[in-house]
Amino acid sequence: MDIDGGVEETVRELRQYFKSGKTKSVAWRKNQLTALLDLVHENEDAIFKALHQDLGKHPVEAYRDEVGGVEKSVNKSLNYVEKWMAPKKADYSISFLLLISLFSFYTDIPILFFPAKGEVLSEPLGVVLIFSSWNFPIILALDPLIGAISAGNVIVIKPSEQAPACSSFLANTIPHYMDSNAIKVIEGGADVCERLLRQKWDKIFFTGSPRVASIVMSAAAKNLTPVTLELGGKCPAILDSLPNPSDFKLAVKRIVGGKWGPCSGQACIGIDYLLVEEKFSSALIELLKKIIRRFYGENPVESKVISRIINKQHFERLCNLLKDPLVAASIVHGGSVDEENLFIEPTILLDPPLDSQIMTEEIFGPLLPIITINKIQGSIDFINARPKPLAIYAFTKDETFKRKILSETSSGSVVFNDTMVQFLCDTLPFGGVGQSGFGRYHGKYSFDTFSHEKAVMHRNLILEIEPRYPPWSKFKLEFIRLAYKLNYFGLLLHMLGFKLGLKRYN
Amino acid sequence: MEYSVEALGRDLKNMRKYYGSGKTKGASWRESQLKGLHNFLVEKEEEILSALKQDLGKHYVEAFRDEVGTLMKTLNFATNSLKKWMAGKEAKLPQIALLSSAEIVPEPLGLVLIISSWNFPFGLSLEPLIGAVAAGNTVVLKPSEMSPASSSLLGTVLPTYLDNNAIKVIQGGPEVGEQLLQQRWDKIFFTGSAKVGRIVMSAAAVHLTPVTLELGGKCPALVDSLSASWDREVAVKRILVAKFGACAGQACIAIDYVLVEKSFSSTLVTLMKDWIKKMFGENPKASNTIARIVNKKHFMRLKNILTDPKVKESVVFGGSMDQNDLFIEPTILLDPPLDSAIMAEEIFGPVLPIITLEKIEDSVEFISSRPKPLAIYAFTKNKTLQGRMVSETSSGSLVFNDAILQYIVDTLPFGGVGECGFGKYHGKFSFDAFSHHKAVARRSYLTDFWFRFPPWTLNKLQLLEVSYNLDYLGILLVLLGLKRSKRSIFQACN
Repeated sequence: MDIDGGVEETVRELRQYFKSGKTKSVAWRKNQLTALLDLVHENEDAIFKALHQDLGKHPVEAYRDEVGGVEKSVNKSLNYVEKWMAPKKADYSISFLLLISLFSFYTDIPILFFPAKGEVLSEPLGVVLIFSSWNFPIILALDPLIGAISAGNVIVIKPSEQAPACSSFLANTIPHYMDSNAIKVIEGGADVCERLLRQKWDKIFFTGSPRVASIVMSAAAKNLTPVTLELGGKCPAILDSLPNPSDFKLAVKRIVGGKWGPCSGQACIGIDYLLVEEKFSSALIELLKKIIRRFYGENPVESKVISRIINKQHFERLCNLLKDPLVAASIVHGGSVDEENLFIEPTILLDPPLDSQIMTEEIFGPLLPIITINKIQGSIDFINARPKPLAIYAFTKDETFKRKILSETSSGSVVFNDTMVQFLCDTLPFGGVGQSGFGRYHGKYSFDTFSHEKAVMHRNLILEIEPRYPPWSKFKLEFIRLAYKLNYFGLLLHMLGFKLGLKRYN
Repeated sequence: MEYSVEALGRDLKNMRKYYGSGKTKGASWRESQLKGLHNFLVEKEEEILSALKQDLGKHYVEAFRDEVGTLMKTLNFATNSLKKWMAGKEAKLPQIALLSSAEIVPEPLGLVLIISSWNFPFGLSLEPLIGAVAAGNTVVLKPSEMSPASSSLLGTVLPTYLDNNAIKVIQGGPEVGEQLLQQRWDKIFFTGSAKVGRIVMSAAAVHLTPVTLELGGKCPALVDSLSASWDREVAVKRILVAKFGACAGQACIAIDYVLVEKSFSSTLVTLMKDWIKKMFGENPKASNTIARIVNKKHFMRLKNILTDPKVKESVVFGGSMDQNDLFIEPTILLDPPLDSAIMAEEIFGPVLPIITLEKIEDSVEFISSRPKPLAIYAFTKNKTLQGRMVSETSSGSLVFNDAILQYIVDTLPFGGVGECGFGKYHGKFSFDAFSHHKAVARRSYLTDFWFRFPPWTLNKLQLLEVSYNLDYLGILLVLLGLKRSKRSIFQACN
C-alpha cells in the first residue's frame, strides 16, 4: 500500500464511500462477515504459518486463542446483527389517570407526552481506525473489525509492525475477500501511525500499551474523536487453600495454562503474578514444576509448544528483569534463556522484592513471581495498593472471600477458579478500568462500541399542553410542578380548579 | 475562591481515602445523597429561581420548568430505580459452559470531575451529579463562573445538604479549571463548548481518564408545509419556545436555524411574528418571558454577527438590542448568506435565521452536508420524509413535531455524535456513565476442558473446533473417535 500522501486520500475515499450509504444495509454487513469467515476458513494454514513465524505459536494454541475465537465471533455477529440493528423502544405509557395515581405507577415517558413514541436507533459512526497489537495479531485485528462491520462502518486496520508476517497476511488477504472500498489495511511503523493519527476519524479503537494509548487519545482529542483503549496491567492470581487435592491440581493446571499458555505470558489478560499463603508455597511450586513438565516437556525450547518472545527488544527487557541480583536469587525454577531463538523457559520466582521492576511493571513474558502473604485475605489490600488490572483471577471456594474480592477490588473483569475464559464469553463486556483502559467489546458490545445510539422521538401535533409556554401564570407553574411529579390525580384536581397550596412568588 | 494547589491535592487525596473506605458504595449512602439533593431543591427553590433570575434573567416559571422541575423528576426516577441499577445482571452462557456462570456487576469509578456550563447552571451540574452519586462515586463539581449567583449557591449552600467528605463544589474561573484538569480523575464529565472540550480531553489523555463530552452544534429545525391551521399553530409555538423560550436560545439543544420551503416561508414568518407577540408579550424584556444574554462578551458576539450588512438586511422581525440590560429581542432573519458567521457558527442566542429551500426534501442534503448536530427537529407528517431523516442524517437525537422535549425523557440517551460530543446520560444512562461494568465469570472444578491445555494432539484441536462451533454432536463424534480431520498443517508443525 503506497503510503506517501496516500493516507489522506485513502481516508477521503473511505468517507465518500461511507456517505454513499452502501455499508449501512444488512446485506452488505452480512456479506462482509461471511467473506471474513471464508477468509479464515480458506487460509487457516497461512494464518498458522504467519503466527508461527512471528511468535513461534503452535497451531493448536493459534487455533485456540485466535482462529477459533474469530470464527466464533463472526458466527455470533452473523446470527445477531439484524437484531442488534433493530430500533429499541424506550418504554412509553398509555395509561389511565386514576390507575396511575392509585398505583403510583411511574412511567417512562409520562402521559404528558401521550401519544409519543421514543426509540433508540443504532447507526454507524462512519470512518473508524483500528490499531491492533502484536501478541494476538489476528484476533486483535479481526475481532474489532467484526464489530465495526456489523455496525456498518468503513474501516482502516493498522496491524502491529512488530508481527510482520501477520501484518502482511492481513494486508494481502483482506482485499481479496472484503469490499476494499470500505475496508483497508495500512501497514507500517511509528511514522505511519503518526500520519494516521493526524486524520479525522469517527472512532479509534486501540489495543496496546498505556504509553502509546496516551499518544492516541491526545491525537483523538484534537478532533473530539471517541476512543476505546484496551490496555493491560499486572493481572494477579490469588490462590486460596483448596483442601481437596484434585481441586488444587486443577487450579494449578489452570494457572499454568493461564500464565504460559497464551503467547508465553505476553497477553494482556495473562496471569502476571500469583499471591498465595506462605504455608502453601512449596507444595504449589512442586506442582507447578510438575505441570510445566507435563505440558511443555523436559525441554520446552525443543518441544516447540511455548511461543517465543516477539523480538530482541522485548527479549532483552525480560532478561533485564532477571538481572537484579535479588530477583535472580529468588528464581526457584527455570531462568535459562536462548538468545538466538528468543526463547525464555517458564520461570518461577519466589518473593522477589516488591519494589523491583519485575513487580512494578507489567511483565508480559514467561516469568511468574509468587508472592507469599500471611493470610490470603491480605491479597485484597495488596491488589488495591496497585493500579487497577485488566483481570483478577481468584482460585477459592470461600463464598465470603469471593464477595469481598468482588466488592472491594476493581478490575476489568474477575474470574473465579479459572483464567482467560472471560475472553471467550461474548455476553461479557471485555475491557478495562483505570490504567487498564476504558470502553469494551465482544459480542453486542463490539457492535455498540462502533455505533452511535441515536434517540428518536415521535410526537404529534394533535394534543397540546399549554402550560409549557408563556405567557406565565401561577396556574401554569403548578401544572408543571404536578406534571413533573407524575402526579396525575393532582393534575386533574388542579385543572378542575382545586387549589393545592400554591407557592407565592413576587 | 482561592484554592492553592497543595490544598487541592490534599483534598483530593482525602476524598480518595474516603472512597477507599467503601462508604459511598452502600445503597443507603447513595439514597441519602439523593435525598439531600431533593431537600436542597425543595427548601432552596426560591433561592435557586432567584439566582437564575440574577444570572440569566430567567422568569421563575421558565427556570422551574427547565431546571428545578426536571431535576426533581430525575431524582424521583433515580431514587425509585437505584436498587435495580445497582444489581448485577446475569450474562447468558451457552450449554457447553456447564456449571459455569457469568454476570455483569456495576461498580463506581472512584473520584469523578463534573464541569458544567452557565446556561442551565443547576440542571447541567446536578443531572450528572445525580448519576455520579447514584453510581457510588466521590465527586468534585466545578460550576461555571459565568453564572456567579448560581455557582455561589451551589458552592456555599448545596454542600450543607450533602456528605462533604465525598462531594465538593469548587468554584472559580479558567485557572481553577486548569488546575483541576491537571489532577488524576477516574472520569471527567464535561458540558460546554467544543473548544474547551478539546482541552479537557487532551488533559484526560495524560492519565487515560475516560470522558463524556456534552457539546453543542447548530441544531436545525425543518418545517414542512403543514396544511391544517391547528398543526401550523402548534408547530410554530413549539419552535418559538425552543428558540426563544429556553434561555433565549442559549441552549445546546435549542433550535439554531429553520429550514422551510420557499412557498411556505411567508406563512411561517407571519405566524411566528404573531405568536411571538402572543407568547412573549409586547414587552418581553419587562415581562421576563425571554431570558437575558449571559454577559457582555456574548452580547457583543451576537451583536457582531448581525452587523454584517447582508445579514442585517435579511432581518424581517425584531433586531433591537439593549446593551445595558444585555437584552436582545426575538429576531428573525430570512435567508442570510450561507457563508456568513451566523450560518457558520453556533448562534446561541435569540436570533433565528430562516433558510428557504426549493423543496423541503432538500433539507436532508443541507443537514447531512454540515457537522452532525446535537439534535434535529423535523416538523412534518410526511412518513417518507421522516424515514429519510432517520436513515440519511445523523445527530445526537432526532425529534419529530416537537423540540427540546427529549431532554426530559429518562429512557432516551442524551448525548452527541461527531462534533457535538460523545457519551450519554439521563436516567440509567447517567448511572452507567459513572460506572464500570465489571465482567465476572465463575467456574467449577467439576468440569474440565482438558483439550485447552498441551501437550497438543490432533484430537484436542478437533475438540476445540467443534466446541467453538457449539457443535455438540461433533463433540460427541470426536470423543468417540468418529470424526476425521482434514488438517495437514498439524503434521507439518509437529
